[in-house]
Order: sequence, then structure tokens, then C-alpha cells
Amino acid sequence: MSYRHNIQLTEDKKLRHFLTIEGIPRNVLVEILNTAETFSSVANQAVKKVPLLRGKTIVNLFFENSTRTRTTFELAAKRLSADVLNLNISVSATSKGESLLDTLRNLEAMQSDMFVVRHAESGAAHFIAQHAPKHISVINAGDGWHAHPTQAMLDMFTIRRHFNDFYPLKVAIVGDILHSRVARSQIHALTTLGANEVRVIAPKTLIPVDINSMGVHVYHDLKQGLADVNVIIILRLQQERMAGAFLPSQQEYFHTYGLTQEKLEYASDDVIVMHPGPINRGVEIESLVADGERSVILEQVRNGIAVRMAIMSMAMGSYQAKQEGV
Amino acid sequence: MTALDVNQLIESMAADIKQRMPNMDQSPPLMVGIHTGGAWVAEHLHQKLGLDTQLSRLNISFYRDDFTRIGMHPQVLPSQMLTNIEGRSIILVDDVLYTGRTIRAALNEIFDYGRPQSILLATLVERDGRELPIQADVVGTHVDLDADQQIKLTGPEPLALSIISSKQNSTIE
Repeated sequence: MSYRHNIQLTEDKKLRHFLTIEGIPRNVLVEILNTAETFSSVANQAVKKVPLLRGKTIVNLFFENSTRTRTTFELAAKRLSADVLNLNISVSATSKGESLLDTLRNLEAMQSDMFVVRHAESGAAHFIAQHAPKHISVINAGDGWHAHPTQAMLDMFTIRRHFNDFYPLKVAIVGDILHSRVARSQIHALTTLGANEVRVIAPKTLIPVDINSMGVHVYHDLKQGLADVNVIIILRLQQERMAGAFLPSQQEYFHTYGLTQEKLEYASDDVIVMHPGPINRGVEIESLVADGERSVILEQVRNGIAVRMAIMSMAMGSYQAKQEGV
Repeated sequence: MTALDVNQLIESMAADIKQRMPNMDQSPPLMVGIHTGGAWVAEHLHQKLGLDTQLSRLNISFYRDDFTRIGMHPQVLPSQMLTNIEGRSIILVDDVLYTGRTIRAALNEIFDYGRPQSILLATLVERDGRELPIQADVVGTHVDLDADQQIKLTGPEPLALSIISSKQNSTIE
């Protein structure tokens, strides 16, 4: 599969599709964060809507289940005044034997303008972006172990709201890095935005072999890895993706890698604790920390709406502008 | 062209507003400035009128009518609106009134925050070229310009008006 950089950007380097953080220049990532900041005030309005995407049709194509991501994408689209179709493909036509491309052709015939794609196969969103007609913009809402770029951007937005700048920050990502598309996207976003240091903390069995090429420091000891960090990102232990024996037991994992109040003490005083959800309480994080004063987990969910509004309207707007030749 | 003293224009706008709102003291109006130039003018007006209600700032970029033509605009600060505008009198402030499209967008956005009692439009400069049926109630000055000329407010300190033409640049302060 090819990861052509330019498929995500128009000729004049504006966001067209959002498939992965890789290949998106720093200034575009910053523009996403700034635009999201502007959208955050829409939630204060009595009518929580702006008319930007009125008359556009956005299709949520979910080949894999997800409640939080789908609902925040849906809310974001609705707050932009777009019409939203939610298609749960795993229980739809494909089970009757229709091919992916035929499903897409049908959706195109319904004159949709944007596909938001979640799929268990890595590269699915790329594939769809390559085969969709020019007027359709594709947003990756998570593909296999590969990428979850909108989640990474809402995490960056949350971090920037607390620290303003990425340069001085030490960030630790803890847990199942191997199966995590979120971790991959976060690492790319943090390094592109210039974070001082990105650490990954996990047992050897949950760290991908190519980790060293990603510009991160690897720790196998939680206390050492947490020393002086400003941001802790806890990942969910993805039991549904664990086919082999990666871990002795959940209890063992919690004992060694679970974030507790006591281990939190090793981090910097201004530390924030993040988690992309859903949380396994007592497995990767204890409730005292998840609900504690350093936790920004619910803020992440709220920020997800403004960030997705920004990405959707930027991707949709760049095509419009190109058509007019402005 | 004679030089324009922005402070003097704002002074006369304040006097005009006072005359139009004689019971300002009993029911204080809310002032809303449109990002960026309108918000600068609003700050001065707010001070000159001695309003103690919070000054609101409106970013109208999500209500513009040119998204389908040119896509997203570069972003400025988010709107900071007083959330309860229900039944209040509003003074809407902008720097230049030209086509009227900015004001159309601002009115739509204001109504997404609630239903105000009334809206009075105050602009520092007005010029010909309206494309919508929108007029200002309070105007600092009227300027005659050719179609290839633009008038622009720079600031925030000091505020100055300059006329930019595709042929040459000239400043009138």
C-alpha cells in the first residue's frame, strides 16, 4: 500500500483528506488546533450550531464498533449543520456479500460529500480515499493498528490548552503501544509539533519492533519512565486485539504498569493524565487517578467535538476553494 | 482628502448613541464588537459610554456566505459572547460598513445566542456599495471610494484608517 503524502493535501498544501498524521506539515496541524479553538465557543451558544456545512452530507462509515468516536463525529457534523448518515457496515450490506467498492459506489450515488471511516484493517481509509471520486473528502476515524489521527489531534488540543507550548514538554505514553493506532498517531503528532521528549512505557511484548525509528525513548519500568513527565497518556489494554499470550494476567499488568496515585507522584507537579477511552478501571488505571484532579479524560471527550469540527470544515473547504479557483 | 481623526469619530459616535438611547442608565445595553476592527472600536466606545456590562466580541467566520467559494478563513479568536442576551438591547459595532454581508452574518450569529430586544448598528466608517438591505444607525463618517479602493482600520493602539488602492497606498489619519 502506498502512503503518498500528497493524497491528504491539495496542490496548495491545504488539508483535503485526514488519514494519518504522517506527511502533514506542522503548520497544518497548528491550523487545525487554532481552528478548533475558534469552534470551541459554539458550545456556549443557545443554538449550538453554525451554518458552515449546510446542505452537505457526511457519511459515518463504521466497519468496526465505536460509540464515543462515532457520536462525537456525528455531533461535530451536526453542529456544522451537515446532514449525517450513520452506516454500521459490519451488520449491513457486506454481510449480504456486497463488496466494499460496490458499497462506496452506492453511497456516491446518494451524493455524499464526506466519508468518515472506521475499519479494523490498516490502510482502509487510504484505500477509500484513493478510490472515491474527487469531490469526496475522507477522514480516518481509526484503521487497524495504523492510525487514529483525529484522536491524536484532540489530545494535542487538550495538551496545548494546559501548557500553551509543546517545546518544554515531556510526554509518556503508557501501555499497549503495539496494538495502538492512537499511540502511533500521538507519537507522530508530538514529534511534529516539537515536544521535548516522547517516552513509551510498556512490557517488551507490547512494544512494536520498529519503535526506535519513531524518535521516542523506551522504558520498561513505570516509575523510571514517569520521572518528571508533564503529560501521561494511558492506553487501554486492548484485549480484543490480543490473539496470543502477551501478558501473564490483568492483575499482573495492573501491579506493574497500572497508574496509581502513588506512581503519579514520580511525575512533574503540573502533570495531566489522559486516556483515549474506554477505561478499564483497575487494569491500566485506578479509579482514584481516573477521577482525580490531575485527570483530563472528560475534557478530551469534550474537545473531540471542536477538533473534529475543525478538521471536517477545513477538509471540505479546501475542495470548494479549488473549484472556484480562488 | 481631509485627515480622519479616529478618536474624534468615536467621540461623535458615543454622543450619537447616547442621544438614541436616552434610558441607557436604567437598562444598560450590551455592546458587541465584530473581530477584529469592530472589537477595537467597541472597546473605545464601551469606555466612553461608561458601560459596566461585559463587552462581547463576535467572530463571524463560521457564518460567512463565502465558504462555498473560498473555504475556511484564517482563524482569529473565538467569539466571546455574554451568553444571556435574551430580551437585552444590543449595540453592534463594526469598523467599516460596505457590502453589508458581515453584518448579515453577525445578526445570524447573535440570534443563535438568543432573542435580543433590539439591535443598533454603529460603524466607524460607511461607504457606498451595499449588496444587502442593511444600514447603520450610528456612523462615524461616510467616505466616498472607488470600487478598486479599500479602507482599513489598523490597531489596536493607535487606531488609524488607511485607504488602500490597487494603484497606490495612502494613509489618512
